[in-house]
Amino acid sequence: MMFVPGNNPGMMQDAFIYGPDSIMLDLEDSVTMAEKDAARLLVHNALKSIDYGGTEMVVRINPLNTPYGKKDVEAVVKAGVNVIRMPKTETADEVRELEAEIEKVERELGCLGRTAIMAAIESTLGVINAYAIATASKRMMGIALGAEDYSANLKTQRSPEGMELLMARQTIVVAARAAGIDCFDTVYSNLNDMETFRKEVELIKQLGFDGKSIINPRQIEVVNEVFTPKQKEIDKSLAIVAAIKDAEKRGSGVIAVNGKMVDRPVVLRAQRTIDLAIASGVLKKEDIL
Amino acid sequence: MSNIKERAALIDKAAKQMGKDAYKNNTNKSRIRRADFKKESPKMATLEEAIRNTGLKDGMTISFHHHFRGGDKVVNMVVDKLAEMGLKNLHLAASSLQDVHAPLIEHIKNGVITEISTSGLRGELATEISHGLMEKPVVFRSHGGRGSAIRNGELHIDVAFIGVSSSDPLGNSCGFSRSENAKSICGSLGYALPDAQNADHVVVLTDDLVDYPNTPCSISEHLVDYVVVCDSVGDSSKIASGAIRDTKNPRDILLAKQAAKVVINSGYFNDGFSIQTGSGGASLAVVKYIRESMLEKGIKASFALGGITAHMVKLHEEGLIDRLIDVQSFDRAAAESIKNDPNHREVSAIGYASADEPGSATHFLDIVILSALEVDVNFNVNVLVGSDGIIRGAIGGHPDTAADSGISIVVCPLLRGRIPCVVDEVTTLITPGSTVDVVVTEYGIAVNPNRPEIAERLREAGLNLVSMTDLKNRAQKMIGTPDPLPFGDKVVGIVMNRDGSVMDVIKNIVG
Repeated sequence: MMFVPGNNPGMMQDAFIYGPDSIMLDLEDSVTMAEKDAARLLVHNALKSIDYGGTEMVVRINPLNTPYGKKDVEAVVKAGVNVIRMPKTETADEVRELEAEIEKVERELGCLGRTAIMAAIESTLGVINAYAIATASKRMMGIALGAEDYSANLKTQRSPEGMELLMARQTIVVAARAAGIDCFDTVYSNLNDMETFRKEVELIKQLGFDGKSIINPRQIEVVNEVFTPKQKEIDKSLAIVAAIKDAEKRGSGVIAVNGKMVDRPVVLRAQRTIDLAIASGVLKKEDIL
Repeated sequence: MSNIKERAALIDKAAKQMGKDAYKNNTNKSRIRRADFKKESPKMATLEEAIRNTGLKDGMTISFHHHFRGGDKVVNMVVDKLAEMGLKNLHLAASSLQDVHAPLIEHIKNGVITEISTSGLRGELATEISHGLMEKPVVFRSHGGRGSAIRNGELHIDVAFIGVSSSDPLGNSCGFSRSENAKSICGSLGYALPDAQNADHVVVLTDDLVDYPNTPCSISEHLVDYVVVCDSVGDSSKIASGAIRDTKNPRDILLAKQAAKVVINSGYFNDGFSIQTGSGGASLAVVKYIRESMLEKGIKASFALGGITAHMVKLHEEGLIDRLIDVQSFDRAAAESIKNDPNHREVSAIGYASADEPGSATHFLDIVILSALEVDVNFNVNVLVGSDGIIRGAIGGHPDTAADSGISIVVCPLLRGRIPCVVDEVTTLITPGSTVDVVVTEYGIAVNPNRPEIAERLREAGLNLVSMTDLKNRAQKMIGTPDPLPFGDKVVGIVMNRDGSVMDVIKNIVG
């Protein structure tokens, strides 16, 4: 998910050419108070007129308790945004409040249920409430960690190793998995240190995250490299899925591949690898059958 | 018996029959120390003496090169002097002109310069000319086309003024210097060689006079009539520094990666291939990605051609490119390399890219990567006139390399700010679409329908191919259709094709 300032038309216009999985147009922290209205108008028009080639479009709105939040919701829902990202989410009630705002606009438009919600968790209270937030609405598609505010709230600062974020990250992954939605890690803002960035992406993949937030197209390649399954993994997964299909035909529940017993979690993992490989473009759907 | 005295009468008779004098033993051997000899020669002159001695007159043609690019000091210095000496109606034939040549505007207004031929124009001078400053249109030629025109007499040069980085008193000169006093370094003198070889008179100007013999040299003393020492011929800092800096612009990186994929899957990327790239951010980044693929596949190139950069020098030094054929050194690293490396050699504009020279290097070029100001739906390219109708570029070797290479790849963003780069018809035709094979944009790659075999290979490699019309429509959808440009009726420029035919004209822009 690539962050793009909502007051920069040049960047908004062609963000999708770099191939991010989703684009987040920002109305919150990257837009100054004086430009809130102009940026809202720009984002509204960008969503309506630019062909983003099927990329998932997310808008980060201002909190609902500011003078801008509700106007943001109205503008972006009307423009047909896929997902609204709610910043600094601390409780399930806040999610439900946003849901009500969205529903109000959608009802007017006659498109009830079109807009999904992603909640950014950026405080200790938010982390404690992660599962409640993740399950607060059927519109919830994911939760994300916002590490800058969270570190400040913890009374520490971010380190290259990210020890201070470990609990928040794990809590968010666990909450998302329990709720059956996606989870996204925070941004890494030092563009000149690609090595630490890669380590961080490797870490969050291992923790179980579905993806990473990025602030520059140059970071996309690293995320894709880390998340794209290796050929060996893909081959193994294809063999497992083929074997289980074959076993199902024969009415047998348990199978073995290369002498190892394969049970349900292994099959699920293999299927996820194949899905990821297809999403990354290294495997074609027609090649599987 | 036959001795010289006896043969004297016969010698006189033979001399008379041949219209010659008979030899008299009056040779005086010089007793000056040869070390002193090395520091002077009858060719040494002040600029004014040199101009006077060449016999330069009103209406004649003078020529210059642009190897110092934005740092050139020779054109302004010489034309100032010509104006001071009262010369008028001169034809200035430069290999290219830059922003730094804005003082020519006054000399055009005063009638000192009344005709210009060049490969390119930029800055204020270009803007004024685009608005109709000159009575006679500027004649634009490609580098190869200029070489041909000089050699076949179409562009006759009366006096060539050639700025060099070092020269000895006899005129043996180079674009680099082996002395400690080296001041202005430009590397290759490739664009000046046709002038040196064909002009009626040759004046070299240098700020580093070195002892004889300044060899090996680019321009040999037998071509040089006068040597002028001046304070500075150019500012080398205007040629980029030697350090290799990779672009961080994500759009350039994206374009470069796509272009590299086209190169690698084009069918021309085989052991012994040859390549030319430009010096822009995207072109330099292409070299980086091609290098990775060369290492991975164990492929080596036979030569790299054209403007040579630090990136190409690095690949050469790593053993990935056998020879560097250098018509213009783009940075300090290239200029140093041409001085020190016997496999990094200078080539004249004729040997580089002339259509009528069978041995010109472009004829042996597999792959060229080019840029563009505009490309149209028929693959025609404009690199000279901006979308505002103002001249702001140079033809360079664009049409030469596109026509001669195995595959020509134009890399160009779809939009620059609010200006579309893919259009219905280019503002000015520089490189015909029949010679352009692939256009790479950030929104997709278009292959000329003339080259279905290339399209097939790229498709097989999984690249996203689109049509030029798709690209043009996308650009138009984003920024709308620009208003037509307010051109007047005066022709301010004539674009020559490399074969000497007239390809297009540039009209004046109004307002």
